[in-house]
Parts: sequence; structure tokens; C-alpha cells
Amino acid sequence: MTLVAFWFLVLAVLWVGFFVLEGFDFGVGMLHGVIGRDEPGRRAVIGTIAPVWDGNEVWLIVAIAGTFAAFPGWYATMLSAYYPVVLVVLIGLILRGVAFEFRSHADGDRGRRVWGAALAAGSAVIPLGLGIMLGGLLGGIPIDSSQEFVGNLGDLLSPYALATGVTLTLLCCLHGAAFLSLRTTGAALHARARRAARVLAPVTAVLVLGFCIWTRVVAGGGFLLSFIELVAVLAAIAAAVLARGARNGAAFAATTVTLVAVVASILSELYPRVMVSSLGSANDLTTSNTASASYALTVMTVVLAVLLPVVLLYQGWTYHVFRRRLRGARVGGDESESGPTIPAQREEEPPAGASAGPARAPSRRDMSEAARDGGSRRSGDAHGPGSARESS
Amino acid sequence: MSTVDLARLQFASTSIYHFFFVPVTIGLALVTALLQTRWHRTDDREYLRLTRFFGTLLVINVAVGVVTGLVQEFQFGMNWSGYSRFVGDVFGAPLAMEGLAAFFLESTFLALWIFGWNRLSRRVHLATIWAAAAGGVMSAAFIMAANSWMQHPVGYTINDAGRAQLTSIGAVLTNPVFLRSFLHVILASLITASVLMLGISAWHLRRGSHTPAFDRSARIALVVLVPATMLNLLVGSELGVTEGTFQPMKIAAAEAQWDTCQPCSFSLFQIGGGEDDHTPTKIIQVPHLLSLLATNHWNGEVVGMNELQAQYEDQYGPGDYVPNVFVQYWSMRVMAYLGSLVLLIGLWGLWRHKRLAESRRFLRVAVWTIPLPFVINTAGWVLTENGRQPWIVQGLQQTKDAVSPSVGTASVVVSLLVFFTLYGVLAIVGWGLMARFARRELADEPGPDIRENEQELEPSY
Repeated sequence: MTLVAFWFLVLAVLWVGFFVLEGFDFGVGMLHGVIGRDEPGRRAVIGTIAPVWDGNEVWLIVAIAGTFAAFPGWYATMLSAYYPVVLVVLIGLILRGVAFEFRSHADGDRGRRVWGAALAAGSAVIPLGLGIMLGGLLGGIPIDSSQEFVGNLGDLLSPYALATGVTLTLLCCLHGAAFLSLRTTGAALHARARRAARVLAPVTAVLVLGFCIWTRVVAGGGFLLSFIELVAVLAAIAAAVLARGARNGAAFAATTVTLVAVVASILSELYPRVMVSSLGSANDLTTSNTASASYALTVMTVVLAVLLPVVLLYQGWTYHVFRRRLRGARVGGDESESGPTIPAQREEEPPAGASAGPARAPSRRDMSEAARDGGSRRSGDAHGPGSARESS
Repeated sequence: MSTVDLARLQFASTSIYHFFFVPVTIGLALVTALLQTRWHRTDDREYLRLTRFFGTLLVINVAVGVVTGLVQEFQFGMNWSGYSRFVGDVFGAPLAMEGLAAFFLESTFLALWIFGWNRLSRRVHLATIWAAAAGGVMSAAFIMAANSWMQHPVGYTINDAGRAQLTSIGAVLTNPVFLRSFLHVILASLITASVLMLGISAWHLRRGSHTPAFDRSARIALVVLVPATMLNLLVGSELGVTEGTFQPMKIAAAEAQWDTCQPCSFSLFQIGGGEDDHTPTKIIQVPHLLSLLATNHWNGEVVGMNELQAQYEDQYGPGDYVPNVFVQYWSMRVMAYLGSLVLLIGLWGLWRHKRLAESRRFLRVAVWTIPLPFVINTAGWVLTENGRQPWIVQGLQQTKDAVSPSVGTASVVVSLLVFFTLYGVLAIVGWGLMARFARRELADEPGPDIRENEQELEPSY
């Protein structure tokens, strides 16, 4: 494999990794207001991704920066051509990025509603915009012989590009629902997450089937699906079936495979082109006419070989540290159906002069640590209404 | 305004804004790590309370810093596709390395620190804040390597397609401009964070709230601030000499020195100036100081802008190679004068360090010092970036040739308005939150976790 081909593969892996990891963050963001019906429920839902979303987003940054380094011509044409679409994606990234922090510190209901809406809208707009861009790479936009975009907004929003955006957005939404089914145990939250997955999965499966056929046709391969597209369709159907059953882990695995295969199918149909020109294949951007020279690629390969394994190791460790399931709390009947319940965890803004630190459940570990530290690490129970009690 | 001017305005305003948050992130992560280390070593709970207090400010600041940084990652391609095509082979590498080495580290370990108070052992938890801080420092390293290449391109060749091509990553990472400007930025970050910490502590000390704890944080801030400022004045002046070697126009413009001089004096300020600052009246000239600043020699020669202009016309063809002199002259002075002022304030505090709580006047001044580093940082960036004009890459590509040919003025205007609006909202909400948390009392007994959603049950696998 040449270095240039290898770097296309690296970028494909980064895009796939981004959609798989940040995909469920998007889904959780889109659904948090629906699955969590009240504040503790929403907090629990957002809490499933709070420790990991920022690290997941770095996959996108590295994909973009990696494109700049390995294929400057691709980076330059893609981002200048998709200017309005990228702008909307950036608005989504900005609003969603601060929404996590701003929402958790919001003063009242209104602030929480505003930043909750920003979180949901941003989570939908980012995969939609990026999907439109990825679809357009294969679907084609007018690019002239000097690799410059010569079209308008209408050319960017072609039907196939829009279909890619919608498919990926819905797929992220389903992926998020499957993730929440896996990561919540609170009866009401868990039930709603599963219901969402059950409703979304068949629609998504149909969409994925249609999208894969369309991709094949756009790529000029007829109606017969390639292996990877077949995997996408089968996985989407499997997700629809599994979402009806109780095996949350298997359903999540199925949505993961679907996302991997859908993103990979676009990129594999694209290769060795990187941007198709609708003005004739002579104007196509390819890996070879946009790539950096071999010295730069070699340097980047060494850096990648050293760093990527380390990154995967500590990102994996993060998931291990935060592996526990979350549940909502009983407030306003959100958890009224069945099962053991626990009170709201986070106290509201403390009155002036009172202690500022919201409390948390004293886990077994806290207790032992408190004992070890000679009581220096007192549990949060004393803070009253805000404290939670662990039950298992 | 032309599309080039608008694109420049957009890059300048978004990156200046981004850099309000960057030094706070880098510096505050380091001092927070320092505070937590003190707690770890001494088991003194005041340090734990301070760690949580300043850590909360750090986290809010990071949220805005991260999203404004994202914009920069896309903006090269959006507005500057000519530049991206030309330099991607060289310039893309440090950016990609920043993502791989720094962003992953910073975001992952900061999250582990925020959410890991009770899940990680004390030692491992302490390591996470140091790892996050290291991520911030590394991020600065790669960005400064990329930026320094624009000031003084090294380790490249121009290929057959007329584009820059990397030939030595070692040269890029040992660029003399990089080594100095990186240190300059890290010290500036420490100054910014310690001034912030000092100012907030002073605010609490004036109110008499939690005096023992904030007395400590104020003293730690002073111990960081004074040496960092002294050192940075030296590093900055050394950077000036280095840039003077590779970008003589930048340094000549910073003194509005049109004619070659030897020895050269430094004017404290000037009035008038006329068309493009051609005829300024310089007030209070300090003999030999410019020679010293620009060349490190008592009698060093500084080549004037007129002579440089003639040289560049010979070398690169007709054109205007003089940056905006007024901006250059004053950004240099704002940076240097305010930097010196911060040093004096720091020395004043150090002199009073044993009875800070009673030094009412100092505490008042310390609170009002908070905006200064932000002004200084901005002036510093304006000085170095404006001084490079009309080049985007010194001697290789001009700014006017770097914009995206396919992007119209309307698109740039719309995106500029969008960013202004969004960044305005972020400033109001973000800084509002930081102000709110900065004024909060210290937690009496630090809750084990500052975050929601700790209702955990059985492992999910």
C-alpha cells in the first residue's frame, strides 16, 4: 500500500471512529429532552456522555487536521466549497460544546431550556451538515480544472447529499437511543430509551437500505450492493430486530456496525477520488492530485504510529472508569413505574454563604477512603436534599 | 472593505477572542495542578478547597476555549484555501500533531479529572490534572511551531507545483523563532492565570472571606507572577532580536523608524504621524535603547523602513512591503508598558506578602489588574501578526494571494456576523458564569464531586 493510500485509510478510520463515538453523543443530545422528562432524568441522560463527548469530538478535529496535513488540496477545496454548510456545522459545534457546561450551571428553568435546546439542535445539525458534505464528496459538486468550486448553495444541497445527511443524523439518533438503553437502568428512562430505539430502528433500516442502493447507483455500480453496503443493510435490519428484544448490548453493537459500514461505504466508493467533480471526471480531486509529498506523509505516519495506540489506550481506559450505568431519580413521577428509586442527586444553587459543593452519594469506596483519610473526605450526605443514596 | 480585509478581520477577531481563553486554560491548569499537588503533599484541606475553586473556573473557561478553537481548525480551509494549498504540506503536520498529541490528552484527562474525584485514587487523580495541563502546553507548542514557520519559514523547499514542501521536520521544530515564541506564550499564560488568581483572591481578601485560604492562593499567584513576568520581559526582548534578524521590517515599524540609524534611540511615545505614520513627533528619546532591544548591541544598526522597502522591491518586485506602522508602534508599547506595570504590581505584592490581607490599596489594585494581561496578550499578537504583513508567510506568499478564490464577500460578511453574535453570547454567558463562580464562597467542606449524575448502580458490563 502506498503512503497516499494509507493516509486515505487513516482518514477513513478517523471519520468512522468519529461517527461511531460521537454518533451516540449526538443521539443522546438529540433525545435528552424526550427521554429525560424532568430535570433529574435529563441530567442522568446527559450524564451518560458528559465524561466522554469532548474526547470523542477530537476524532473530528484530527480528521480535519489530518486532511490538511495529508491532502491539503482536498482540505482547501472541501472547506471553501462547503463554506455555508461548514458555517452551520460550526454554529452547532459551538453551541453544543458550551451547552453541556452552561446548562449544568444554568440559574433557572429558562436557562436550562435554552441550553438544552442548543444541545439538541447542535447535536442534530452537526451530523446533518457533515453528512451533506460527505455525501457531496461522492455525489459530486461543480469543481473546475484548477480545483476550485464554481457552484452555488443549490449544488451543495443535492438530493443525494441531503439523503446522506438525513441518514447519518437518524442513524446517530438511533445509535444514541441504543446507547441509552445500554447505559441507563432507571425504569422510566430505560423504558423510554428502548421505546425510542424500537420506533427509530425500522425507519432507519429502510432509510439505510435506500441510501445504500442510491450510493451504489451514484458510484456507478448498478443496484447490486457491495459487501460493505450489504453489511450496512444487514446490520440495520439486525438493529431493528434486536431493538424489539431485551439484548441492549447486541442492539448497540448492531447500530455501531451500521454506522461503521455506512460511513465506510461512502468513502470506499469514493476512493481513489476524494471529491467528485460534476463537471467531468478530469476535474475530480483524487488522493494523488491533492496529497502532500512523501516526506511529510512519512513524518505523519511515524507520529500516528506512536501516538494513536496511546490515545486508544487512554480513551478506552476512560470508558472503563465511567462504565457504570446511570439512572434517573424520582422527581415529578419520572421514575414512578417500578424498581428502587433514589432521590434527586444534585442540589440546586445553594443559598449565599452555604456550602457550594453539590453532594454525591457516598459509595463504598468513599466510605473506605474516608476511613483511610481519617475522616478527611467526608461524604456529601450532610448536604441534605441534594444527596443521593446508592442502592444496588 | 475587500474580501481579503474581511477575511483578515475574521481571522484576527476570532483568534484574538480565542486567545482570551487559551492562556487562562494553559496557565490555570498549571496552577490548579500546583494547588492539588500541594494538597496531595501536605494533606492541608485549604489547598483542596482552592483546587476545587480554581478548577471550576478552569472548566468553564475551557468550554469556551475549546469551541472557539474548533473554528480555527476549519477557518484555514474556509477563508484561506490559497494559503492551505500552498502550505498544507508543511503547516498541516503540526496541526495534525496538535490534535493527536495534545487535544486527545487535554480533553480526555480533563474529563477524567472533573468526573473522577471519587473513582480514581488520589495519586491517579492528581496525575490526570497534570496530564490535562501537559496537553495544553503541548497544544501551544505545535501551534507556535506552525505560526513561527509563517514568521520564518525553515525546513522546506518550493516544489515543481510552486508549493511549499516539508523537507525537515527537525528544522521546523527547532526554528529559532519557535523556541522563543513558545516560551513567550507559556510564560504569558502563567502571567495571565496568576494575575487572575491574584485578582480573585484579592477580591475575597478585601471582603474578609476565607482569608487563610485566599491569602495562600494570592501568595502562590505572586510567587508565579513575578518571576514569570521578569523572565518574559527578557524572552520577549530576545524574541524581538530574533525576529529583527528575520523580519527587520517588523521591528523597524515597531519604532516607526523610516531611516536607518546607528545607534538608535527608543521613543517613549509619539504624537502626530500623518499619512501612515510618516512624520511622527517622537517624545522623550532614550538613547541606544532601540539598538539594544533590536540587536542586543549598544551601538547596533537598525535598518529603516525606506531602505527595507527598496530592498524588497528589488527582491520581490514592486509593491508595498510596509505594515501598518501606527498599529505596530503602539501595540509594541502597550505590550511592553503594561507588561512592566504588571511586574511592578507583582513586586508591590511580594513586598507586602506577609500582610496582604491588610494592604487594602494593593488588594484593590490587584483586582483591577485582571484585564491587563488580556490587553497585553492581544497587543503582542497584533504586534507579531500585523508586523508580518503584507506577507502571510514571510517572503513566500502574500496575504492577498492566500484567500479562497471561490468564496465571495457576502459569505465572509455573513460568517463574520455569525461569529460576532455567537462570540458575544459566549462572552456574556461564559464570563458571567466565571464571575459568578469567582465570587462564590469557598465550599466549607468540598463535596466529593462537583458534577451531576453520579447516581450510579451496577457496572454495565
